[in-house]
Amino acid sequence: MHEMSLAEGVLQIIEDSAKTQNFSRVKTVWLEIGQLAGVEVEAMKFCFDAVVRDSIAEDAKLEIIETPGQAWCLHCAETVNVKALFDACPKCGSHQVQVTGGNEMRVKELDVE
Amino acid sequence: MCNVCGCGAGETTIDGKAVEHGEHGHSHGGHFHVHADGTAHDHDHAHDHTHDHGHEHAQAKHLHYHLHADGTSHDHGHDHLPGHGHDHDHSHTHSQDTAHYGLGPAGAHAPGMSQARMVKIEQDILSKNDSFANDNRSYLAEHGIFALNLVSSPGSGKTTLLVKSIAALNGSVPLAVIEGDQQTDNDAARIRATGAPALQINTGKGCHLDAFMVGKAMQQLKLDGDSLLLIENVGNLVCPASFDLGEAHKVAILSVTEGEDKPLKYPDMFRAADMMLLNKCDLLPYLTFDADLAVANARRVNPDIQVIRISATSGEGMDEWLDWIRAGCKKAVERKSIDGR
Repeated sequence: MHEMSLAEGVLQIIEDSAKTQNFSRVKTVWLEIGQLAGVEVEAMKFCFDAVVRDSIAEDAKLEIIETPGQAWCLHCAETVNVKALFDACPKCGSHQVQVTGGNEMRVKELDVE
Repeated sequence: MCNVCGCGAGETTIDGKAVEHGEHGHSHGGHFHVHADGTAHDHDHAHDHTHDHGHEHAQAKHLHYHLHADGTSHDHGHDHLPGHGHDHDHSHTHSQDTAHYGLGPAGAHAPGMSQARMVKIEQDILSKNDSFANDNRSYLAEHGIFALNLVSSPGSGKTTLLVKSIAALNGSVPLAVIEGDQQTDNDAARIRATGAPALQINTGKGCHLDAFMVGKAMQQLKLDGDSLLLIENVGNLVCPASFDLGEAHKVAILSVTEGEDKPLKYPDMFRAADMMLLNKCDLLPYLTFDADLAVANARRVNPDIQVIRISATSGEGMDEWLDWIRAGCKKAVERKSIDGR
């Protein structure tokens, strides 16, 4: 459910940058969402469409770039791919892994006019 | 906030005066705004408020947050003087027809300005919340306040644990409580019954507290320096994980009447927490719950998580929990004097 708040956060960032960067319409929004960020991409899309209604981003296309979950395995001493926060290292099965990537949620870029 | 009568404003509570309630109805039409960026829009508001009065608050403080379908939100604050009694039934109907000018696809802009271009943003979606959280954190640090954000599923026993903890601390540490729930101020009333100041935030449809709400609540509570702030989040193991409030630690409460695999099902929360309280341990003899497995699962998600097995009912583990709180308070005070030097 917090996708609604996140979508509002996205709109806020867009509106703030509209003031500083001087644009009045947003055509495409690129978000970077990590696999481990706890964000449901479909819910995010749904909420985004609801939130941007009557805003400068109305009808904007939402492009989501999903970044893979990555972790550092202490046993293998290398970066491995993980699908969930509690995944064991896919190589050695150890749980001594530290998530290093895939928990980001960022507004990356806007296509504006 | 309503620009006509100021009825939605939190300032009615900041000066500590009782809010005058009564039959209250108004409608607004034709607000016209021009924003800094030159865009303009107008809207019509219609509000209907009805209040019924009749019960007793000792020191009732109350914040309501409303989020409307159109994405606008507002909050109300009430502050009731001791002895002033009333009861309210709020019913709000809002209808807003928003008309925007100059924003549509055929919006008016200066010739030559309509060229499409790419704008690099690279900004974290939660950056706004995080900046409010940082403000809260610096305020807390400057005043030597140790703040905990208590998170769990509904029904894990957070409020009972708080009530018992406050009673056991028995005034040895000055403290205040912020209660988050979608509706009702039942929890704040339970805390106030212990004599501790409490402020209820009703998030309405919201599923978590955010740093802005908590910052505002902190202002209203007028926290003592060198004190303890306990924030009981909305009962939800998903959303509050992402929203930093400026606290020192998130404390996840898992009760033994839930499943051992809850840390695996809701890994974000157990990963975000520094402490897990395994609550209702007095019930273990009657359940098939495997406490060791629950702890192992929590450590799978978060190898560094501290765990205390506790029971608000029998008192098991309470000393360890209160010692941990006292140590945190002491550290907050020490840090303040080091940083303030």
